[in-house]
Amino acid sequence: MIRAATLALWSHWRRHPVQLLTLVVGIALAAGLWSAVQAINAEARASYARAAAQLGTDRLDRLSRSDGAPMSVSEYLKLRQAGWQVAAVLQGTLRVNGGGVTVTGIDLLAWPDLPAIAEASSGSIAPVEVLTAPGRLFADAELAKALRDRPDLPPVSETTALPPRRILTDIGTAEAILNRAGQISYLLVLPDQPKGRPPLAEIAPGLTRQAARGTQDIARLTDSFHLNLTAFGLLSFVVGLFIVHGTVGLTFEQRRPLIRTLRALGLPMRLLMRLILAELLLLALLGGAIGLVLGYLVAAALLPDVAATLRGLYGAPAEGSVSLRPIWLVSGLGMAVAGTLLASAQTLWRLSRLPILAAPGQHRWSARPRAMRMQMLSSLVVVATGIAAFAVFDGLIAGFALMAGCLLGAALALPPALAGLLFLGKRMVRGPLAEWVMADMRAQLPGLSLALMALLLALAANIGVGTMVASFRLTFDGWLDQRLTSTYYVNARDDAQGAELAAWLTPRTDAVLPIRSVEITTGTHPLFVYGIVDHVSYRRHWPLIAADADVWQRVMSGQAALINEQIARRDGLWPGSTITLAPEWETPVAGVYSDYGNPTGQAIVALDRLLDHFPDVPNTRFGVHLPADQAEQQAEELRAVFDLPPGAVIPQQTLKAQSRAIFEKTFLVTGALNVLTLGVAGFAILTSLLTLWSQRLPQLAPVWALGQTRTGLAWLELLRAVVLAAMTALFAVPLGLVLAWLLLSVINVAAFGWRLPMYLFPLEWVRLFALALLTAAAAAALPMLRLRRLPPAQLLKVFANES
Amino acid sequence: MLLTVDQVSKTYPGGRPVLQDASISLAQGESLSLTGESGSGKSTLLHLVAALDGFDAGQITFDGISYSTLDDGGRAALRRNRVALVFQQFNLIPSLTVAQNLAFHARLAGRHDPAWTTEIAGRLGLDGVLDHFPEQLSGGQQQRVAIGRAMSVRPKLLLADEPTGNLDEVAAKAVLDLMLDLVRVSGTALLLVTHSQSVAARLDRQAHLAGGRVT
Repeated sequence: MIRAATLALWSHWRRHPVQLLTLVVGIALAAGLWSAVQAINAEARASYARAAAQLGTDRLDRLSRSDGAPMSVSEYLKLRQAGWQVAAVLQGTLRVNGGGVTVTGIDLLAWPDLPAIAEASSGSIAPVEVLTAPGRLFADAELAKALRDRPDLPPVSETTALPPRRILTDIGTAEAILNRAGQISYLLVLPDQPKGRPPLAEIAPGLTRQAARGTQDIARLTDSFHLNLTAFGLLSFVVGLFIVHGTVGLTFEQRRPLIRTLRALGLPMRLLMRLILAELLLLALLGGAIGLVLGYLVAAALLPDVAATLRGLYGAPAEGSVSLRPIWLVSGLGMAVAGTLLASAQTLWRLSRLPILAAPGQHRWSARPRAMRMQMLSSLVVVATGIAAFAVFDGLIAGFALMAGCLLGAALALPPALAGLLFLGKRMVRGPLAEWVMADMRAQLPGLSLALMALLLALAANIGVGTMVASFRLTFDGWLDQRLTSTYYVNARDDAQGAELAAWLTPRTDAVLPIRSVEITTGTHPLFVYGIVDHVSYRRHWPLIAADADVWQRVMSGQAALINEQIARRDGLWPGSTITLAPEWETPVAGVYSDYGNPTGQAIVALDRLLDHFPDVPNTRFGVHLPADQAEQQAEELRAVFDLPPGAVIPQQTLKAQSRAIFEKTFLVTGALNVLTLGVAGFAILTSLLTLWSQRLPQLAPVWALGQTRTGLAWLELLRAVVLAAMTALFAVPLGLVLAWLLLSVINVAAFGWRLPMYLFPLEWVRLFALALLTAAAAAALPMLRLRRLPPAQLLKVFANES
Repeated sequence: MLLTVDQVSKTYPGGRPVLQDASISLAQGESLSLTGESGSGKSTLLHLVAALDGFDAGQITFDGISYSTLDDGGRAALRRNRVALVFQQFNLIPSLTVAQNLAFHARLAGRHDPAWTTEIAGRLGLDGVLDHFPEQLSGGQQQRVAIGRAMSVRPKLLLADEPTGNLDEVAAKAVLDLMLDLVRVSGTALLLVTHSQSVAARLDRQAHLAGGRVT
């Protein structure tokens, strides 16, 4: 009985191979993009964990000052003398080729048990080389190559035991290259502490102990980025499930007579449901497996850019290669099965309640307005729930809740809204064909609504993300112009050369502005404090987003500081607040400036004031002002006189180009996911039209019989798809703008710490509108061609009385 | 003659011949029934006369137009302007109301006469259901709408394929009465395919198809 019933059920696929293909591809697309995003996230997180493990310090507790200020050597010595087994660490940032590289200097005498050091010791490097001047730096191959070009740095050894963009060295060497002599960022609490040592509060009351953090810091920092990717993956998953839902619905609609017959022949409903579930499970596993292959390929293609983004935006040690993980395979297949069952649940439930003798199901026109009203009501409830969540929660959760409410609500509202428009359209058009087209489109809506909802979501995501990126780009360009006002920038080898450079440049230029900074820690966050000298370019161009009236006067006289937007939003510090920059240095905040692309906090004070508190701040970077036409010649001269490497003198335009390149790379992945989502939506329309094909002939044949040509009807079919896509695209514009606002004003603020102004790009909407029409036309082209070439005999079957 | 079918043959790809040298003729205002067993080629002949499909050999001439000279657009124009069809399955347009279905063919042909359509609706007893959709009607009502749609265009030839085949005896008689009445009033020629000898007997002439040949 089971075999016979199974064969009967599967015979459907022999007659409808396109439906089978659609179902499998729908599952594969849903699982594929979701799995791709999961693979990217998993790889990035694995990179963080690997990086922490490679460094070898992630499992040790830390001691640091409660106020976040650097520790002194005397505190370290006191602890060592009291029996505490601790190792001092100095951590800072070194600029290499225009980017920041993390330098970790560890007291290797106290704690040499690090993978990179062990690797070096097993090779040709004697431990003494590492510990004595000029010291030795360890870095991965790529970074080591860049470091060897810097004559001001000690010798470099390549190691495979360090994450990308990280230098490991002895603390003494780190002090020298970071110009932070006598400073300690934190202490590592080593294993095997002696018993009976005095408590920490007794020896160093200013220090607090933090439990081993592993990869928590970077994971927390990048969480929002991964959440954004996950949201995109989920959107693609939902769009894919729309295809599955539509196909499963149609399949079982067409199988109803067969199912009734099987039941009439004595097959129990329970057994039938089991067979159908087994069939769906099998198809889900097949689609899921294809999706995993697809996901792997997409992840492999996108991961290098994502890794570059994570390194650029967060300084996260992400690598660019993807590897197969069992958990990823299992979760991908699990999502495929769960998604298929979810998308099929409604159909299966209706099927389980199907009476044997019920008449073949047909949409009841008289009942549809009520269903449409109910759907509209559901849409309002969903949007209201999103708004309520936004009001109750904060940050990312609030943003995503409102976004989900708006997207889902709008998708639910689309079919009733389109039905209303088509009803009005039918009243407005003249001519029987036009009226029929309008009425027919309305009749087609239930079959196409899921695909149109998918298109709406994809278009809205495109408009939303596109507006965000374009707004960001516009703001970023303006911001670069404000921030990078010097004609070129010079990096000296050391303080001595810095002084020589300044002396040489001063009489030959309009201005030489020192760029001097120190890295401190506030709480658990790093903060860079910059000291500047008064210059009109700051006063005129600096991108302040909030400021007191006499902001520059107060800052330059040493009475106040400027802080960047990230720290302002994170710590709630705005003009009028006070910020602690050192244990005895509290200063009012006079202004807040935008600082896009920077993952860390930043403050600006008068240079003299900075030197009062940090007299050893290196003086190696300068911004030089002079007429642009003299810049190139002077840069050449400068390189020749001071024997500077090419990277030591960077023109403003080069720096801007580098920044823009990083920016573009950052949003490459979202752009790619945008295109993929739109592609899936286009595929959803195609599959809907193909699966509706068998239902279309009974609608079209009578009109053909009444004197329309197949070619004319085929064009009308294309027109229908294009008109529905056009109306959907019109709805997508306001939805996309809401999405853009949420991304710019809520999600970005929570994720990156900066808020961007929103600009409108109507030409971009026109482009997307055209793209939507093109997508619909491309999707409708195949059914159109089929209709155009359909033999009359096929259409006549609709009228056939005899078998 | 309004319609001449002269030694027409038709074979579907990969199948046996459906029609072999079939010939019939029909004068203006005349009615002719086509009877025959299932698979005898009745519906195929009707479809060929309606210019819905092509034939392999022979000649069909309707109202002075030879079908051999018509391309797809010409065939569509002929269906739109000169003939009308009624099918067993009604084949109404589900997305249009009864009133819109009734007027649809005439409007496509550019010959919509609201007064005539209203009269047809009245004669067919459809006055009370004009704003209904087809699915809300009984089978007999739907077939009356199909007949009304066909007659609203004032065709020269009405082609009906088992128009009462899906109806019970009482409804079938009522529908046939109305159709014959309308055909008579408008002077339309009628070619009707039926299994029923009693239905066939009510028409002016009868032709029988067997094995693809008219006997």
